[in-house]
Amino acid sequence: MSAFVWLTILTALRILARNRLRAGLTMLGIVIGVGSVIAMVSIGEGAKRAVQAQIATMGTNVIVIFPGVTSASGVRGSQGSAMTLTVSDALDLKKRIPLLADTAWAKRDVMQIVYGNRNWNGTINGVSPSYLTIRDWAFTSGGPFTQTDLDSAARVALIGQTVVENLFEPGEEPVGAVIRIKNVPFRVIGVLVPKGQSAQGADQDDVVFIPFSTAERKVFGTSFIGSVGAMFGSTDQVEDLPMAAEQIREVLRARHRLQAEQNDDFTIRTQVDIGKVQEGASETLTMMLFAVASVSLLVGGIGIMNILLVSVTERTREIGVRMAVGAKRRHILMQFLIEAITLSLVGGVLGIILGISGTKLTTLIAGWPTIISGNVIGVAFLFSLVVGLFFGLYPANKASRLNPIEALRYE
Amino acid sequence: MGSLIECEDVWKIYRVGDVEVQALRGLSLTIAQGEFVAIMGSSGSGKSTLMNILGCLDQPTKGRYRLNGIEVDNLKPDRLAGIRNQQIGFVFQSFNLIPRTSALENAQLPLFYRGLSLKEQRAQAEAALRRVGLQGREQHYPTQLSGGQQQRVAIARALVTSPSLLLADEPTGNLDTQSSREIMKILETLNRDEGITIILVTHEMDVAASAAREIVIKDGQVLSDRVTKAKPTSSTVGV
Repeated sequence: MSAFVWLTILTALRILARNRLRAGLTMLGIVIGVGSVIAMVSIGEGAKRAVQAQIATMGTNVIVIFPGVTSASGVRGSQGSAMTLTVSDALDLKKRIPLLADTAWAKRDVMQIVYGNRNWNGTINGVSPSYLTIRDWAFTSGGPFTQTDLDSAARVALIGQTVVENLFEPGEEPVGAVIRIKNVPFRVIGVLVPKGQSAQGADQDDVVFIPFSTAERKVFGTSFIGSVGAMFGSTDQVEDLPMAAEQIREVLRARHRLQAEQNDDFTIRTQVDIGKVQEGASETLTMMLFAVASVSLLVGGIGIMNILLVSVTERTREIGVRMAVGAKRRHILMQFLIEAITLSLVGGVLGIILGISGTKLTTLIAGWPTIISGNVIGVAFLFSLVVGLFFGLYPANKASRLNPIEALRYE
Repeated sequence: MGSLIECEDVWKIYRVGDVEVQALRGLSLTIAQGEFVAIMGSSGSGKSTLMNILGCLDQPTKGRYRLNGIEVDNLKPDRLAGIRNQQIGFVFQSFNLIPRTSALENAQLPLFYRGLSLKEQRAQAEAALRRVGLQGREQHYPTQLSGGQQQRVAIARALVTSPSLLLADEPTGNLDTQSSREIMKILETLNRDEGITIILVTHEMDVAASAAREIVIKDGQVLSDRVTKAKPTSSTVGV
C-alpha cells in the first residue's frame, strides 16, 4: 500500500508540474487564504502582545480607586472631581483588608517645571512611597523617596524620561540637580525607567513624583488637606483582585456612611477589568479573521473541486485503462484524493511562505510588532489539508464510480 | 488441461430508452488453455459485448461464465477488478497508454495495483519490455514512440502480470502493415512459446490467419467456429 501511496503522490506532483499555470491558478485561493490568515494573525498577535505589555506597565495586580464626581445643581464634574477619598481611607483599607498587599494614594496636577533656563509643563504627582512599589517602577539612576521624606514633606523629586529629555542636556546627570516646581526648589533623587504609553495612550514618562505631603502643602495648595486624586491597591495573586475590589467597596461604603439606596461615591477598576476591554477588541478581530479565512478557503476549495472535475473528465480514458488493468474503486478514489490534497497542501505551503514574508514585510515597512506563532502555521497547514480532502471527495468519488467500458470508449 | 473459458447460454440485454437491445443471445463458448482464437464479426454482431464479458469488464444479464474455474458472472466490481488484474491482459486498438508517462511506468501499472514494492514493479516491467523488444526505451514517453512501439508497450503491460488470458481488441487496427506484422509475430510467439491463451478480435483476414481457431459472431450468437490450424504445442504446454 505504501508503494501505491508514494507513487500516487509522485504522479500527482508530476501532473501539477505539467499544468503549472492551471495548478497555480487553482491554488491561488488557498495561497491567499492561508497567507492572509497567517499575516493577520501574526499582526493581531503582535498588537495583542503590545497591549498586554502596556497593561503590564500599570504594575502587578493593581486596583485603582477614583473618587466620585461632583454635582453642583445637576452639573456633574469630571471623574475624580469630588474629594470623597482621603489618605485615611487608604490607610484604613490596608488595615482592614488582609487581601491587599499594599495601598498607595496620589494626587496630580499639570505644572511648570523649571531647570536652569529651561522649562517644561509636566504632570506633577504627589504620591505615597508605596505607589512606586505597586506600579513596579524601577530607576535608571538614583532611588525612591521614603516614609521619612513623606513625614517631613521633603522637597525631593523623581522624574520620568520625558521630563529628563526636556529639561536636561543629553548626557547630563539629573540626579542631584535642583528643579523648581511652582517656584519651590526640589532636589532630583531618582530618574525612572521609561514605561512608554499607557493602555489609554498617555505618555507615562512625562511625570514628576514628589512626596504626597510636600505636594499638598507646598505645591498644589489643596484646600481640603488629606483628599486624594486616586488610591491604589495591589494583591499578591491576580485571582484575588475581584474579591479585594468587593471588600474595598464595602469598607469604603461603610466609611462614607452610604445608605443602601445611595450609589457609590467612588469607582473601582482592577487591572483585570482593563485587560478584558482589550481582550474583547482582539476577540472581535479574531472573529473577523476567521470569517475572512473561511471565505477564502471555501473559494480555494471550490477551485480545487472545479479543476479536479475537469481533470476527471479529461482523464476518463486513463481511468478506464487503470480500471481495466485492475484498479479497484478505492485506488481511483485515493488517486484523486491524493491529487486534491497535494494541490491544497502545496497551496498551503506557498500560503505559509507568503504569510510569513508578508508579516516580515509589515514589520519592516510599517514597523508594527508581529508574532508568528507555530500554532497558526500548523492550523493553516491542517486547514489546507482538510479543504483538499473535503473538496476532493466529490470528484474522486465520481471518478471511482465510472463504468470501465464507457470510460475506455470515451473520446 | 482444462477449459480456460466456459460460456453457457450467455445473454446480454441493454435497454436504450424504451428499446431493448439483445447484444448476446444465448451464446455458448468454450476455449481451452493455450488456444489462439480469432473472433470475427461485423459491427453490431455482439463481438465487443462478448469481449467485455470475457474481459470481466462487464457481466452477462443471464447465463454463466467461468474463467479459469472461477464463476465470474455475479462478482462484485472490486472482485472483478482483482480478477482482471490477476488473470487478464488487455491490448486495445488505440493502445490506451497513459499519456506523459514513461513506457516503464505504463508497463508497471497492473503491478502498481497489486501492491508490489517499487523495486519488484520495476524489475518485472523491465523484463516485460524486453520480451517485446523494447529494451533501452524504458524512459520514452508514448509520444516519443511509433505506433508499433506503443502497441508493444501495451503488450508488455498486458504481459507483466503473467495473465492466463490475453485479450486483443483489433490490436493492429491503428497500425501500418509493417508494424501490424511485428505485433502479430509477438502475439504468435507468446502463444507458441509461452502457451498464453490469446483471444483476438479483428476484421482483417490476414491478421486472423495468425490464430488457430476462428469464431464468427452474428446477431449475438456463434455463427461458425472452426479450427484453421493444427496446434501441436498448445495441448501440451500449460500456463
